[in-house]
Amino acid sequence: MANVISDETIEYVGILAKLELSPQEREQAKKDMGSMLDYIDRLGELDTSDVEPMSHVFPINNVFREDIVTNGDMRREILSNAPGEKDGMFMAPRTFE
Amino acid sequence: MAKQYETVIGLEVHVELATKTKIFCGCSTAFGGEPNTHTCPVCTGMPGSLPVLNKQVLEYAVAVGLATDCTITRNCKFDRKNYFYPDNPQNYQISQLYLPICRDGRVEIGTEDGKKFVGIHEIHMEEDAGKLIHDEWDDCTLVDYNRSGVPLIEIVSEPDMRSSQEVIAYLEKLRMIIQYLGASDCKLQEGSMRADVNLSVREAGSGEFGTRTEMKNLNSFKAIARAIEAERERQIDLLESGEAVVQETRRWDDNQGESYAMRSKEDAQDYRYFPDPDLVPVVLDDAFLEQIRARQPEMRPEKMLRYKREFDIPDYDIEIITESRHMADLFEATAALGSQPKKVSNWLMGDTLRLLKERDMDPGDICFSPENLARLIALTDEKAINSSVAREVFEVMFEKDIDPEKYVEEKGLKTVNDEGALRAVVEQVIAANPQSVADFRSGKEKAIGFLVGQTMKAMKGKADPGMVNQLLRELL
Repeated sequence: MANVISDETIEYVGILAKLELSPQEREQAKKDMGSMLDYIDRLGELDTSDVEPMSHVFPINNVFREDIVTNGDMRREILSNAPGEKDGMFMAPRTFE
Repeated sequence: MAKQYETVIGLEVHVELATKTKIFCGCSTAFGGEPNTHTCPVCTGMPGSLPVLNKQVLEYAVAVGLATDCTITRNCKFDRKNYFYPDNPQNYQISQLYLPICRDGRVEIGTEDGKKFVGIHEIHMEEDAGKLIHDEWDDCTLVDYNRSGVPLIEIVSEPDMRSSQEVIAYLEKLRMIIQYLGASDCKLQEGSMRADVNLSVREAGSGEFGTRTEMKNLNSFKAIARAIEAERERQIDLLESGEAVVQETRRWDDNQGESYAMRSKEDAQDYRYFPDPDLVPVVLDDAFLEQIRARQPEMRPEKMLRYKREFDIPDYDIEIITESRHMADLFEATAALGSQPKKVSNWLMGDTLRLLKERDMDPGDICFSPENLARLIALTDEKAINSSVAREVFEVMFEKDIDPEKYVEEKGLKTVNDEGALRAVVEQVIAANPQSVADFRSGKEKAIGFLVGQTMKAMKGKADPGMVNQLLRELL
């Protein structure tokens, strides 16, 4: 495996993804990520010097909507997906800012 | 001698656009709805939902860019800014990092120190987040997503400002431009315009920037000015005592008059931006830009020139009235109804500005209609009411846009033009105040003022002071 994921990297990625990994899961994740990066590195074998950078695979641009209200009150349906609700609002664990 | 320091300030200004619907879905942006009644699968981040760009958002963003001398990005796209926080159920905010819609603009500002340009680094389109409410009872956080997906533009300035005066001048200029375009009402108190201040200090003459901090939670121009002064002092104190300024985000507490650190660089966010695959690129051609350009309304400099040509009012009045498009529109509409322009301007420059200031309101908040202002002016022109009654009526009109004709009728405020009735009252006043009468007759011109006052009082203000004066002189 050409790409070796360090302990620091897996720790950092874990923090960003809000994941807590057991020591076994950590080792497995390091291995998986390394092989993913190896796979992606194969793209580097291609000569892309003549290829324009792109951000989207479909040849479609400019898909717009008009500024017209089309949605009514869907609160009941939307809140039916909430793990908890109170006073018409989603209930989340206590959050600080 | 103590070192001289220079303050270097750049601003990130968020502006809520005045669209009817959200940026990526057909939910209403109306303010004040019951929690979560303006939500759908798109703005609550349900899997499989597909965002589609509101064309009006793009048009407003381009209009603001053109009005601030920006280069419009012909090929632009949206990116995902990843973060975990319950105000955004998608766990990413759709924004623009790599190809913002506008770049390299500038606005001219004027302060006591003269005119200068403040550069605009970029303007990008993005979505607002939901509102979090802390619930003490259940010790949890409640979330209302009505605001989630409301369109914003973020205007990022260059670090070109050097004082709070320049910052306020820049914000006032931006607000005026955006209000003229109708792209937003830009109310700081209500959060439709929000400014984050990036500030650093450096020794005067130094070519390098110091370490900056970012200040959030600034809800008024006064708070912004106070926060800038306090942060400048704080950073200078640190440097003077040999400590370093830490790059961090700070939250301003306007009641305490101080700020505290929210998060520092050590736990700096890594947003892992990447292009949003759900939204296709936006490609703008010349025809689109021409269309927006052609639709740009008359901006302030042209309006001022036209007022000079069309209306016989002083330059100073023109300057004040055109500061707000709403005020200018009101002025023109009232004049178009036949009121003499100078009289319209007097009401706007005098009592209107005074009441706005007393109530800490913006000119955009003026609620009375041009029709009612024209009626009030007509009532004074016809001498149906005198000027002090007119001011009294105006205050009520300012409050709730009443019809002054009806109001004057209902409250019986009409001036008594019946000369016989007035003469009788004047005679009584003369009889009751022999001392003042004697004073006047012996040459004390001032004494007549007292007698006019007594007559007005007896008439409960409903007399024409000129007529009272005339009658008094006649009878004395």
